[in-house]
Amino acid sequence: MSAARLFLLQRVSAAVLALAVLVHLATIILAVRGGLTAGEILARTSGNVAWFAFYIVFVVAAAIHAPIGLRTILREWTGWRGRSCDLAMILFAAVLLVLGLRAAWAVFAA
Amino acid sequence: MMPAHRNHPAWWAALAHRLSGLALAVFLPLHFLALGTALAGADALDRFLDLTAGPLAKLAETGIVLALALHLALGLRVLHVEFLPRPERRTRAVVAGCFGASVAATLLFLLNLAASW
Repeated sequence: MSAARLFLLQRVSAAVLALAVLVHLATIILAVRGGLTAGEILARTSGNVAWFAFYIVFVVAAAIHAPIGLRTILREWTGWRGRSCDLAMILFAAVLLVLGLRAAWAVFAA
Repeated sequence: MMPAHRNHPAWWAALAHRLSGLALAVFLPLHFLALGTALAGADALDRFLDLTAGPLAKLAETGIVLALALHLALGLRVLHVEFLPRPERRTRAVVAGCFGASVAATLLFLLNLAASW
């Protein structure tokens, strides 16, 4: 993928994440009140299609955003670049996507 | 003495943005794995949450909340600088505002955390 396309993907995902993280931060700050329990988390998310959809969008955006950012850091700070680095980042994106969707499903289906 | 290129708020903003992003990238897979324990039922998730009851875990949680808030605030600044037609004025104040808002959000988190501890 060209550098320009990676740059654009990084910014588009950032714009989505900006909204999602704002919601997430507010949820964290409110949820931690009175202690965090599984019952409290799952009461909010279990069977709730709106939260499930929100977390799917959140996970997809993060799985795009984090590997592109990490790739830039690796290239500049460690000098690791080229095909092996790009493949590792694609793998990282896949891991984030699979684990993230699994987590979203876990708290929805619970 | 500090190298001249570091003596600028935008340099510190870029460094904090990068380090917070790195922390989030490391944390994210662990976060997803933790939530995934709910697949085995609420009890399994509760058993994991019990592991995070100690002061060290709370400190790490606070750090990751700060990282999330910082990365959001500094990221919004990046989008502003890159995409809005008007160039950024008063960089020092904008960056200070990003740090201030992030610390404020983290303190709010800490207050709620401490109230229930």
